Amino acid sequence: MSRRSRYLAVVRTVAWRNLHSAVRSPALLLPALIFPLFFYMAFAGGLSAVGDLPGFDYYDYNAFQFVFVLLQSAAFGGVFIGFSIAADFDSGFTRRLFLAAGDRSAVIAGFGVAAVIRAAFVWVLVFAIALATGMEVAGDGVELSGLLGLALIINVAFFLFAAGMMSRMRTLQAAPAMQLPVFLILMTAPVYVPRDLLGGWIGTISEFNPMTAIIEAGRGLMAGDPFHVALAFAAAAALATVLFLFARTGLRRAEAAG
Amino acid sequence: MSSATVTTPLPRQALYLAWRSVLRTARQPIIIVPPLVFPLFLLAINASGLDAATSIPGFPADSYVAFALAFPFIQGSIFATNTAGTNIAEDIGTGFFNRLSLTPMRGSSLLVGQLTGVLLIGTLQAVAFLGIGLAAGVEIESGVAGALVLFVLSLAICAAFGTIGLFAGLRTGSGEAVQGLFPLMFILLFLSSAALPRDLIAQDWFQTVATINPVSYLIEGLRSLIITGWDGEALALAFGVALAIFAAGLAGSTAALRERLVRT
Repeated sequence: MSRRSRYLAVVRTVAWRNLHSAVRSPALLLPALIFPLFFYMAFAGGLSAVGDLPGFDYYDYNAFQFVFVLLQSAAFGGVFIGFSIAADFDSGFTRRLFLAAGDRSAVIAGFGVAAVIRAAFVWVLVFAIALATGMEVAGDGVELSGLLGLALIINVAFFLFAAGMMSRMRTLQAAPAMQLPVFLILMTAPVYVPRDLLGGWIGTISEFNPMTAIIEAGRGLMAGDPFHVALAFAAAAALATVLFLFARTGLRRAEAAG
Repeated sequence: MSSATVTTPLPRQALYLAWRSVLRTARQPIIIVPPLVFPLFLLAINASGLDAATSIPGFPADSYVAFALAFPFIQGSIFATNTAGTNIAEDIGTGFFNRLSLTPMRGSSLLVGQLTGVLLIGTLQAVAFLGIGLAAGVEIESGVAGALVLFVLSLAICAAFGTIGLFAGLRTGSGEAVQGLFPLMFILLFLSSAALPRDLIAQDWFQTVATINPVSYLIEGLRSLIITGWDGEALALAFGVALAIFAAGLAGSTAALRERLVRT
């Protein structure tokens, strides 16, 4: 068996094991599924009157919130896999996997593949429910693919963040420390209204938050009116690159810790 | 065992356990800090992010901070559910509950005692939320007396949610199961009139859910004192709902306690 085949076999095994666990214990999958649906209902349903504000020129408040919820589920889909990594560290399973795998990054990559598959499952369901409850889609197939591409990069980026955190902490008790920064970066972007209508400190912070460009580009693609898409992809790719380095150094620390 | 111990009156038994609960809470910053910090963080985000909502015709306040100030009180009370439930589940897990059941301690003292720690956190929360609201420029329309009623109502809500936590903790004996209640309670909070007044919610289904949801009435009672002044109906509904939740939670906790004592 070649080195590449061995690497892929480890990736496949770890991903399969994680997906199998999620199917057998729905409690692992439910939070990732329920939270986006719940946020979509709460934001799009409860705040739809905000869409009639003067200066709010987006075509549909449901679609406006859907893009945020999609990207939020992408980010948290990546983070929730961090719980699995931590639980495996807690039980000692990851250490045994590290001993068995020739290249230990394959173990982390396996979790990454599981994160993407789990997130894709959530997106299909949320998208179907949003369409069934009256969301209008103005973008064409290419633009929607762009939106999904952004969500995919965000999912991978935040998975790398979770992997970096959990390979450093190596305990489930560090879960809040992993979730809080993600929550912060998401909620300090323009969540409820466009940036023009944001006031106060959050208006200032959102100017510098990389998620702002990503969410705004996503909303532009959804509306069929692409808006600084290249900037958004560049921001997402930069985020993923930085977090890749973070995950890689985390893995080195986990290896050193034995 | 002396007869004096056996006949220790209920208030004194409750006092012992209340003191233990207060000490236990005060010694664990991890129990105190999140219920204070997270609600304030969400208030800051919502107040800034939804400030434009005050331009909606018919919005009842000029400042979204004033409108949203009731939100952290309820969110903090949801944390009380977790605290009460997790504490009692921990007592069950560590065997403290079993040892206690061998003493002449009455079950009701245990419940009262556990709730005292929750009320301590509730008091700290009410002081912090009110203080920060005032510092942010919120004016309490019902005045000083209204602020006192706000304080009492927030403690009543805290106690009400605390009994739900006690019920869950006693029923399951598992801290993890109690933690699982948190998302459910959070959903109740978001599917209420927390972000917009019910008459301004444009989606009919959401308006119906918010009207059925008891959390809406708790929020509206607190909010009325801040932005309206004295609104007897809103206050009666808020105190009534808090009392109903408290009574149901207490009845459930008492039954679960009795069942657990039999098992013990």
